Amino acid sequence: MERIPILKMGSFLLVTIQVDMHDQLAMNLQDDLTERIVKCNSKGVLIDISSLEIVDSFIGRMLGNIAGMSSILDAETVVVGMQPSVAITLVELGLSLKGVRTALNVEKGMALLRNALELDEEGDAGSED
Amino acid sequence: MPVLKTEQLPLRSDADIVRMRQTVRAWAIEVSLSLVDQTKLVTAASELGRNTRIYGGGGDVILEIVENGSRRGVRLTFADKGPGIADVEQALKDGFTSGGGLGLGLGGAKRLCNEFQIITAPGEGTSVIITRWKS
Repeated sequence: MERIPILKMGSFLLVTIQVDMHDQLAMNLQDDLTERIVKCNSKGVLIDISSLEIVDSFIGRMLGNIAGMSSILDAETVVVGMQPSVAITLVELGLSLKGVRTALNVEKGMALLRNALELDEEGDAGSED
Repeated sequence: MPVLKTEQLPLRSDADIVRMRQTVRAWAIEVSLSLVDQTKLVTAASELGRNTRIYGGGGDVILEIVENGSRRGVRLTFADKGPGIADVEQALKDGFTSGGGLGLGLGGAKRLCNEFQIITAPGEGTSVIITRWKS
């Protein structure tokens, strides 16, 4: 079965979507990611969609699902690299991706995840005092 | 309205939808739609193609390059022989879904196009015709 690779980098998981997404592929990614978050004890997920030429309601829903599921599993999700034409179309379609954190590029997305992780660790340290 | 080019593609699998999207993109480029308009048309086609496949039980899409005076555009006709839609007004409302979707497909696709027409009746299948003109 066709799958999108998930890379582990420290506490984070990285996904770069470089193929034209069909619905089954999106569903597989959703399942694989939640499994890997638990297996790798990941604290963050970065999804790079800079190669995606469209995001329709199905892919939008998948991104929302991933963000929701990972949040329940104590991991932060950030979606990076959305093309401007895709953003314009998404809003007109009626999809605002509520609950999905976004960043302009991979660098900014990683910074966002690292900050979230640090805050989390500080919070943990604070509660132990 | 003169039709300059036409092609029919099946919509029966995920792979068909991907192929259809790529063809729509190529035709949108051919009539010189802007990148945003290309994206809107392909996104609308993706929504409608999914409807045809899932709710209509599979069907076809007819792609056409049409001309109106000096304007050119891409017209897409999604046709299935499925159960049809009893209440079109309700189906066009955001948030309405009979499947597991978000209910943005039909209404969203309408917003992404210049022209939108739906021909359907219970038991008689559904045809959705959309056009995006070069502005």
